[in-house]
Amino acid sequence: MTRIDTAISDIDVLDRLAAGVSPIHRLDPRAKLIVTVLFLLTVVSYRKYEVAELTPLFLYLAVLLALGRVPVLVIARYLLLACPFAVLVAVFNPLIDRQIIAQLGPLAVSGGWMSFVSILIRFVLTVSAVLLLLACTGYVTVCAALDKLGVPRLLIMQFLMLYRFIFILADEASRMLRAHSLRSPDGRGTSLRVWGSLAGNLLLRAYDRGVRVHTAMLARGFDGKFRPLPGFHWSIADSLFVVGSSAFLILVRHGQLATRMGRWALELSA
Amino acid sequence: MSHHIVEVKNLEYCYADGTTALRGVSFRIEHGESVGVVGENGAGKSTLLLHLNGCLLATKGEVRVGDIPVMRETLRQIRRSVGTVFQDPNDQLFMPTVGEDVAFGPLNMHLSPDGVESRVHGALDTVNALHLRSRPPHRLSGGEKRAVAIATVLSMSPDILVLDEPSAGLDPQARRRLISLLSGFKHTKIVASHDLDMILDLCRRTIVMHQGAVVADGPTAALLSDRNLLAKSGLELPLGVQNCPVCGASPSASAIPQI
Repeated sequence: MTRIDTAISDIDVLDRLAAGVSPIHRLDPRAKLIVTVLFLLTVVSYRKYEVAELTPLFLYLAVLLALGRVPVLVIARYLLLACPFAVLVAVFNPLIDRQIIAQLGPLAVSGGWMSFVSILIRFVLTVSAVLLLLACTGYVTVCAALDKLGVPRLLIMQFLMLYRFIFILADEASRMLRAHSLRSPDGRGTSLRVWGSLAGNLLLRAYDRGVRVHTAMLARGFDGKFRPLPGFHWSIADSLFVVGSSAFLILVRHGQLATRMGRWALELSA
Repeated sequence: MSHHIVEVKNLEYCYADGTTALRGVSFRIEHGESVGVVGENGAGKSTLLLHLNGCLLATKGEVRVGDIPVMRETLRQIRRSVGTVFQDPNDQLFMPTVGEDVAFGPLNMHLSPDGVESRVHGALDTVNALHLRSRPPHRLSGGEKRAVAIATVLSMSPDILVLDEPSAGLDPQARRRLISLLSGFKHTKIVASHDLDMILDLCRRTIVMHQGAVVADGPTAALLSDRNLLAKSGLELPLGVQNCPVCGASPSASAIPQI
């Protein structure tokens, strides 16, 4: 629990980074959001055995990382936290798909292993891209950009509320667990029955909290419409960023950038 | 200035589970008055406060704010003139940053961006919290949260301030700062609290509630030094009125506000 605790209270590490100053931070959040979505679409558009073709996309992340002055370790920590999910998705591929499709020297590589690696690479690419977006923009600003781009307000409201109340919920959960552990000194694990009642209690508390928050919102004139603060400014730099990044993504996707770079490297060394 | 008056007539309220929370509550609060509402847990204080801004609607009886009866149709106007600060600031602060939270009310009032900005700035300045503007609420201390919660209401420039347990959970100095902040406000104030010493400092008039009914309504200094009344209502004498616990000397006359 403590580890989940720290992970949650650490979520705003990204927000603290977002308060920084860099060429990437200065871009219009909408531009960054559009490019990130294009990037994600590019990553998922590859076929399942393609591995080498994905690699030039790391260049894009590296450039953002450097220009946005985001510490690699922060991104790596979150990747590590999320990686069990990706591994779980990919782990059965090598067992199911045993057909040999490539020969790496003496090593015969099956399709399953290729797709396994491909899934992990995609996981690293997509999650890092989103983390970088958050670290250079901030969660709330990303939500505001989504709003400006026409995502339904109700959904955005939910995103914002989630972000506000996950801390309070985590806090409440950890206090309940602490109270439980202080009264079960023999230290044996929590029984299923107790877990059930803890979880149920937490749900009830969350529900009560929801009612109280809604009351507080109504008291301040909430009429079902959510009005975020205005204030974005689209400049030429933003257009350039979107056009440049799109051109790079198209080049990677349709110009066999990986193969060309490989050939070029071979020629250089020859 | 009749619109700063709060009038409650024979108010009754039953919760959905059948519990009667208010029985025939009546009072009238004039413009600029500062009134304390005291009573034991479950006396009906919070339920009463929720009626003043229409979060609950009377089962029987009537609540009027100024010339307007509190009804479903008048909620918009009522909530503009009555600002409520709830007991738990975590319920009040629901936006991701302090600045956005304070802007929430003014934005709902359809003010211009400049208008919203000046309201936010003014409200945060009043509670000395301008430096917290871009902070997320979960990173604030209890006292800061309370101050910001008050700012979220001030930014709507209400005529009447309703506060539920404003000093709960504050350390002594934060509590003192809150009291001096509140005593500087010219609004009509209605303060529900168990902190009788704060009521003594802040309110000239007090309403004592017991089991959903008003058992006394009068000058604070008189009611809060009435040992029998307080004991019957599940309360006890405020420290400021009790004899000194060390030497037994009675409090100096200056401790009790002159009415």
